[in-house]
Amino acid sequence: MNSTVEAVAPITEKKSVATFVKKNIREYGMLISLAVIMVFFQYMTEGTLMQPLNLTNLVLQNSYIVIMALAMLLVIVAGHIDLSVGSVAGFIGGLAAVLMVEYQWHYVPATLACLAAGALIGGLQGYFIAFHRIPSFIVTLGGMLVFRGLALWLLHGQSVGPFPREFQLLSSGFIPDPLGGESLRMTSLLLGCAVAVAFSYMNWRERANKVFYGAEAEPIGFLIGKNVVFSAVIIYFCYLMSSYKGLPNVLVIMFVLMMIFDFITNRTTIGRRIYALGGNEKAARLSGIKTDRLSFYTFINMGVLAALAGLVFAARLNSATPKAGVGFELDVIAACFIGGASATGGVGKVMGAVIGAFVMGVMNNGMSILGIGIDWQQVIKGIVLVAAVFVDVYNKNK
Amino acid sequence: MGPILEMKGITKRFPGVIALKDVNLVVQPGEIHAICGENGAGKSTLMKVLSGVYPHGTYEGEIHFEGHELKFDSIRDSEEHGIIIIHQELALVPLLSISENIFLGNEQAKRGVIDAETTHRRTVELLKKVGLNESPEELITNLGVGKQQLIEIAKALSKKVKLLILDEPTASLNENDSQALLDLLLEFKSQGMTMIMISHKLNEIARIADSVTVLRDGATVKTMDCRDQPVDEDVIIRAMVGREMADRYPHHEPDIGETVFEVRDWKVYHEQHEDRLFIKGINFHVRRGEILGIAGLMGSGRTELAMSIFGRTYGRHISGKVLLRGQEVDVSTVQKAIKHGIAYVTEDRKGYGLVLENEIKHNISLANLGGVSKGGVINDGREFSVAKEYQKKINIRCPDVFQYVSNLSGGNQQKVVLSKWLFAGPDILILDEPTRGIDVGAKYEIYCLIAQLAKEGKCIIMISSEMPELLGMTDRLYVMNEGSFVAEMATAEASQEKIMRAIVKAGKN
Repeated sequence: MNSTVEAVAPITEKKSVATFVKKNIREYGMLISLAVIMVFFQYMTEGTLMQPLNLTNLVLQNSYIVIMALAMLLVIVAGHIDLSVGSVAGFIGGLAAVLMVEYQWHYVPATLACLAAGALIGGLQGYFIAFHRIPSFIVTLGGMLVFRGLALWLLHGQSVGPFPREFQLLSSGFIPDPLGGESLRMTSLLLGCAVAVAFSYMNWRERANKVFYGAEAEPIGFLIGKNVVFSAVIIYFCYLMSSYKGLPNVLVIMFVLMMIFDFITNRTTIGRRIYALGGNEKAARLSGIKTDRLSFYTFINMGVLAALAGLVFAARLNSATPKAGVGFELDVIAACFIGGASATGGVGKVMGAVIGAFVMGVMNNGMSILGIGIDWQQVIKGIVLVAAVFVDVYNKNK
Repeated sequence: MGPILEMKGITKRFPGVIALKDVNLVVQPGEIHAICGENGAGKSTLMKVLSGVYPHGTYEGEIHFEGHELKFDSIRDSEEHGIIIIHQELALVPLLSISENIFLGNEQAKRGVIDAETTHRRTVELLKKVGLNESPEELITNLGVGKQQLIEIAKALSKKVKLLILDEPTASLNENDSQALLDLLLEFKSQGMTMIMISHKLNEIARIADSVTVLRDGATVKTMDCRDQPVDEDVIIRAMVGREMADRYPHHEPDIGETVFEVRDWKVYHEQHEDRLFIKGINFHVRRGEILGIAGLMGSGRTELAMSIFGRTYGRHISGKVLLRGQEVDVSTVQKAIKHGIAYVTEDRKGYGLVLENEIKHNISLANLGGVSKGGVINDGREFSVAKEYQKKINIRCPDVFQYVSNLSGGNQQKVVLSKWLFAGPDILILDEPTRGIDVGAKYEIYCLIAQLAKEGKCIIMISSEMPELLGMTDRLYVMNEGSFVAEMATAEASQEKIMRAIVKAGKN
C-alpha cells in the first residue's frame, strides 16, 4: 500500500508544477534568456566571462545602468520617458568633481549636495511634465541638451580629477573583510549565504500568506526547486567574487536599491498607484489618486538616481569628463523595454529592468572579450532589443 | 426568391471554448433581421465569421450568399461581395474631415492622386442620403455621436452594399438620434436593402425588425418572423436568458429617511468654452434610502453635473454649496469627495472606470487602498480576500480575481467598477448609466444590487437615458434639460410621456 501511495504522489506534484510553470513562463522567461546568454558567452569566451575578475568588472560596468533603470522603470510605468538621464549623470559627475577637487569639499556633504541637485533637476523637469502637461519626451529632450551643455561649461571642457580616495571607494572599493581569509573573502561569502537564506524565507512567507487567505499559491515542489536554484546561483556568484576581492561596495548599494524598488512596486500603495496611473490615468484620477503629484515624484526619484549613477561613474573613472554619460539614457531605456516594460505605460517589473540591464551588460562584455568591433556590437544590441520586445508582444497577443 | 444569406452549421472554436455551436442564420432579401442575445452569446463572433474577420478555414460550416457558397479570406473579400459591417465602436479618425473619413481606404483617386472634386460631389450625395446637412470639410471631432454614427453609415453606403450589418447602432445615441437612425434604416429597407442589426433594445427590434434570431451560449435558440404578428418582448427575453423573467425590475420597498445630501445653486462653466454657463444653478437633494433618478437627453449635462460635484472633475469656475447632513462640506478634490462618502460610478467604464490591463483585485482596491494596507504597505492576502468577497457578493463571473479586467464581459466589468466603489464605503452613490451596454441578465443583477443598497440606507442617484429603467427603479425623478432641472416628480406619478413633455416644453422657452 505504502509504495503505491508514494508512487502516485510525485506524479500529481510533477504535473501541477508543470502546469504552474507553463502559466507563469512569461515571468521567468527573461531570467531564462539571461541564463542562456551567459552560458553562450561562457562557452564562446572559453570561461573568461565567469572568471572572478571579469565578473567583478561586469558588475562595476553595469552598476550605473542598473541604478538608473530602477527609477526609469517607474517613469516608464507611469507612462512617461526620461531622455535626460545620461546628461544629468554627466552633469552631476562634473558637479561632484568641482565641489571635491576645486573647492576641496569633504566627500560626504559633496555627495549629499549632488544627490539634492539631482532631485532638483528631476523636480524641475517633472514640474513641467506633471503640472503643465508638456510631453515628457519633449521636456527631457530639452533637459538632455541643457545638462550636457552645463556639464561642458562646468568642467570648461576638460577632465577634472582625481577624487579623494574615500570617494573612489564608492565604485572601486570592496566590502571590508574582518573575518579574514587568504584566498577567500569569508565575509562576502557569508553575506551571500545570508541573502540566499533570506530570499528563501521571504518566498516561503509569501506563499504561506497566500495559502492563509486561500489564494492560489505556487506548488510546494516548485517553491523548493526555485529556492534551491536561486540560492545555489546566489551563493555560487558570491563564491566567485569572494575568490577575487569580495563583493564590491557598489554591488551592495545596487542590491539594496533593487530590493527597495521591488518592494515599492509590488507591495506599497504608492507603487500600485503608479501602475494605475500608467494603465489608465483618468480612471486613476477618478479613484482619488493624485496623478499629477505622482508623476512629479517619479521624476524627482529619477533625478536622484541619475545623480547617484553619475557619482558612481565618476568615482569609477576617478575623474569627471564632459563626455561622461553620453548615450546612457538609451541603455537604460533599452534595459526597461527588454525587461518587459510597456511603452504605453502601466506594465513593467523592477526585476525585469534589472535583468534587461544585465542582458545588455553581458552582451557588451562578452562581445568585447570576443573582440567583436563596436560597429557590430551596436548592430547586435539593436537587434536584440527589438527581438526581445517582439517576442514579448507576440506572446501577449497569442 | 430564396434567401440572400444562409449560414449553415457554423461552429467556431477558440482554445478552450466553443464560441459558436452549429449556428444557422437565414436572411431574406430586403428584410431587417435582428440578432439578439446576452453579451457573450456569440453575436459578434458570428458577425466576424460573416464579414471575413475570421477567414474561411478557421471555422466549420458554410456561408451561402446570393446562392453561391463564399469563402472569405479577409474583410476586403466580404466587402467586395457587398457585405459591409458597421462596428459598435465607431472607427472614425477624429481629426480628419467627413469626406476624408468616408473614403478612407477607398479614396477617389487616379494613380494615387486624390480627385478632390469627385470626393466632394460623392460625399455630398452620401450625406444627403443619410439626411445630414454638414459640410464635407467638417472635422469628425466637431460632430456629436449621433452624427458620427450617420457618417459611418454614409461610409458603408459609399461601397456597393448589398447586406449592411449594424452592431448595436443606437448604443451610444440618445432617444431622438436613435429614432432618426431607425427611420433611416426603414427608408433603406423600402429601397430594397437587406440589413442585419444586432441590438439589446427590444423596443427598437419590435419597431423595425422583420424577423429575429436569438442566440444563447453560442447556439441559435429561436428564429421568429414578426411580419405577421408583432413579437412579444417577453418571448425574446425568455429566449435570451433561458428562463422566465417575471419582473424586469426587482421589487423595491422604499424606506426613505431624512435628507442626507443636498446641492444648492450649483453652477458650472463649460470646460473648453470658459464663458459658457453649462450647469445653470441646480438645486437638488437626496434622502436616506432613496433612489433618485435624473432623466434627460444626452448632452443635457447630467454627467457634467455629477462629475463637477465629484471632486470638480469637470468644468471651470464652479460655484454652489454641497451639504451633507445639513453641514456644508468641501468636495473640491476627488480625495475629499471620497472621504465624505461620495462615489461616482462612471458611464464610461473602459475610459474612466477601469485599469483594463490590471487584475480584478487591483481594480477593486484602487479607490480604497488604505483599506487593504498598513503604513503604505499593501497586504496582498487581505486584498485578495476583499476581492474574493465582492466577487461572491456581486456575482462577478470570472475564473479567479487574478484575471485581467480586459478579459471580462461588459456586465462583469461593470460589476468590478461597482465593487470598487462599494469597497470605498460610500453613503451617496452616483450611478451614471449603470447598465449601459450590458445584457438583460446582468442588468437585473445590478438592479437588485441598487435596490439592496437603498435598503441598507444609502442614497442612490441614478442617471440614465433609458426611461423604462428610471421608471422601474427610482422613487423620485428630476428631469434635466440644457443644464437645468426642468421638472421634479414622484416616480409613481411619472411616465415616459410626462418626462418627454417636460423636456420639450423646456426646450420651447
